[in-house]
Amino acid sequence: MSVNEETREIRRRNWRDIDLRAVAPFAALVLLLILGAIVNPNFIGINNLANVATRSAFIAIIAIGATFVISSGDLDLSVGAMVAFVASLMILFMNSGVIADPALMLTAAIAFTIVGGAACGLVNGLITTVGRIEPFIATLGTMGIYRGLTTWLSQGGAITLRDPVLQEMYRPAYFGSILGIPVPIAVILAVTSVAAFILYRTRYGRHVVAVGSNSDVARYSGIPVNRVRTIAFVIQGLCVAVAVLLYVPRLGSTSATTGILWELQAITAVVVGGTALKGGAGRVWGTICGAFILELVGNIMLLSNFISEYLIGAIQGAIIIIAMLVQRSLVRKS
Amino acid sequence: MSSQTIDADAGAVVLSARRISKSFNGVQVLFSVNFDLRAGEIHALMGENGAGKSTLVKILSGFEQPTSGEIILDGNPVKLPPNGAAEALGIVIIHQEFNLAEHLTVTESLFLGREVTRFGMLDRKYMRAETRRVLDLLGSHVDENAMISGLSIADKQMVEIAKAISRDARVVFMDEPTAVLSREETNFLFRQVRKLRDQGTSFVFVSHKLDEVMELTDRVTVLRDGQWIKTSPTAILDGESIAQLMVGRELSKLFPAKREPDVDEEIMLSVNSLSTGYVRDASFEVRKGEILGFSGMIGSGRTELMEAVAGLRSRASGEVIIKGETVPSGDVHAANRRGLAYMTKDRKSKGLLLNSRMTANLTLQSLENHGKLGYLNPASEAAALERARRRFDIRVRDGNVVAGRMSGGNQQKLLLAKVMETEPDIIIIDEPTRGIDVGTKQQIYHFISALARDGRSIIVVSSEMPEVIGLCTRVAVMREGRIVGMLEGDEISEQEIMRYAAGLKKKAVA
Repeated sequence: MSVNEETREIRRRNWRDIDLRAVAPFAALVLLLILGAIVNPNFIGINNLANVATRSAFIAIIAIGATFVISSGDLDLSVGAMVAFVASLMILFMNSGVIADPALMLTAAIAFTIVGGAACGLVNGLITTVGRIEPFIATLGTMGIYRGLTTWLSQGGAITLRDPVLQEMYRPAYFGSILGIPVPIAVILAVTSVAAFILYRTRYGRHVVAVGSNSDVARYSGIPVNRVRTIAFVIQGLCVAVAVLLYVPRLGSTSATTGILWELQAITAVVVGGTALKGGAGRVWGTICGAFILELVGNIMLLSNFISEYLIGAIQGAIIIIAMLVQRSLVRKS
Repeated sequence: MSSQTIDADAGAVVLSARRISKSFNGVQVLFSVNFDLRAGEIHALMGENGAGKSTLVKILSGFEQPTSGEIILDGNPVKLPPNGAAEALGIVIIHQEFNLAEHLTVTESLFLGREVTRFGMLDRKYMRAETRRVLDLLGSHVDENAMISGLSIADKQMVEIAKAISRDARVVFMDEPTAVLSREETNFLFRQVRKLRDQGTSFVFVSHKLDEVMELTDRVTVLRDGQWIKTSPTAILDGESIAQLMVGRELSKLFPAKREPDVDEEIMLSVNSLSTGYVRDASFEVRKGEILGFSGMIGSGRTELMEAVAGLRSRASGEVIIKGETVPSGDVHAANRRGLAYMTKDRKSKGLLLNSRMTANLTLQSLENHGKLGYLNPASEAAALERARRRFDIRVRDGNVVAGRMSGGNQQKLLLAKVMETEPDIIIIDEPTRGIDVGTKQQIYHFISALARDGRSIIVVSSEMPEVIGLCTRVAVMREGRIVGMLEGDEISEQEIMRYAAGLKKKAVA
């Protein structure tokens, strides 16, 4: 076989090697964009798309954390409640007025939020690993706890950021832009890049995939399985904290209904993005793609007139089922 | 001898195999085997691991169909129905792992799938009474209303036997029934089996325990390498002759020349009175450059012992000293850091990530070598794979293939390469050649031998005696969780190992 032939052979093989599961969500995204453009010419405008991306930020960032948890073979149902709880804590902290200087106060509040998110994740991780409780049940429990604590903190009402100076100072964190890119989109890109680096280019990322794909193999390879799983929950908590940092300046207020059903949207984004729910393969960029798809579907329904926007939930439910069916048929083919 | 059956007026043949052959994926495991079972006899089926006993049992109970040959039931050729449906013909198999649903009661288990109804409702009263009757018949005190999950292993076995009786079994296959029983439980089981035998039920008793075979059975059939070797009344055999029949073969040129380490070589690993789970009071040492073998029957505690040494399982007592340093119990990392690595026998569920590529598998245990501060350097990993492929002759057409699609031999080489990536000085290899072809076996034996020549210490745990004999300069034999013999030099032979493994011989091990 000549060298030329060989390279051609390799190239052909590479083409065949492309994992259809990794490509499928992006293909779906392109199809949706085309569909949107047909439905309404305003859809494809940069303003509308930037708007969609901005609105998907909360789910996208939370779903990045969920990608780690799911890849390591676990599940976190508490993220929606965690957003409400951590956001409430952040606002109460800023309202407490323990630090007089607004800039210093804001910095402290941000640090406080990040620590709070990580702590909530750590609690989930320790209950599942040290407590050896199924992640589904453990996080169902903490979901109730975080949600209940939020209701109690807000006494059933809303918690609102009172200080107008702080409000004004914090506003750009959601409404501002960096180099012409809206802050939420920049944050999505930053978080995703860091997550992709961790998952694909570090020892820890390799450990996550190994634990999720076969925890026995991981254990026999000397990987500290429980530590890997716990850290994945902490990463999920940190992502929730980042989402909260964007959420609070947007409305400046939380209530017991903040973030309701976000856990389902996050899991949907992860699964639509091509990550296997049974663990063992994480696709960070696919997850972002999944989050966009969810938001785009809603947007298209709003812009078009042929489907009632009250059906958004039903459509999103259908998407997750279709995504699973497509995934499975692709697995069977390969 | 307990055997009262006299050959002259022995019962008629109930079930027999005529020239049965069987191949799996082109690999022949049974070669024209004959076997017959008479009414009211206990017939032992013996052979080394891999001799074909289990396959023959599966064929005679309908779980597998023979490739050629016929099965004769009551004088007529039959094709046994698959998946346990042969129970309807009175042929019952009692598995090593019980087939009882843990959440049912004893009565429910006995009548599972053939519940008795009255006016469309379950007739619980009748079923309970019938269960009690059968259990009483067996002399068992198991409560018919007890949950299966709450029963001891011996009681579960009784329930299995009761189930067989309640289905009018005429032929009962028992695969290693005493492996998990105490001596008293075994005695009780044997009494019941004899009683049923005297009432006309036939038993096939698959066991490695020579003493039990001598005590219980009427006739013995020995298989070796898938061939029928001999069928004979138990009374005219002794343990020694059975062991010889089971082994009787010469070693081929599969193995590289042995190289004995010097007596004053440094001791790399020493294990002192280690106990864990089933394993009691195990002590041994390995010198630099030595290949130490661990032989014994399946379930004799070798893997448990090695996992405890490697820190994969915590130990109840005893100490493990690697290169002069004591390692804490149940700490894989500590053992790894000091240069000890364990290679599992279970490459598919504990060794390799079947959905990952070769690189991810190769470096999984040694990622620290491929980058700083947790960052991974793909080029360094690729280089490691290239080296490993050359060193261990891993032959795949496509370097990106996932491990699950590789052949057993290549998987095993990849697993060995993965373990060697940690650069261990002491390597415990559990079943180095399970399920791989003879060519690859030979390669792996040469790798092992080369590693020892390099000055590494190796422990080979194997159920294949030729392997242990061909590779090792010293062989420990385990039986029922204890090291019962330590053989050296000329003592290492199949007969000698078999004597220790089957409990015919025992010596204090220092």
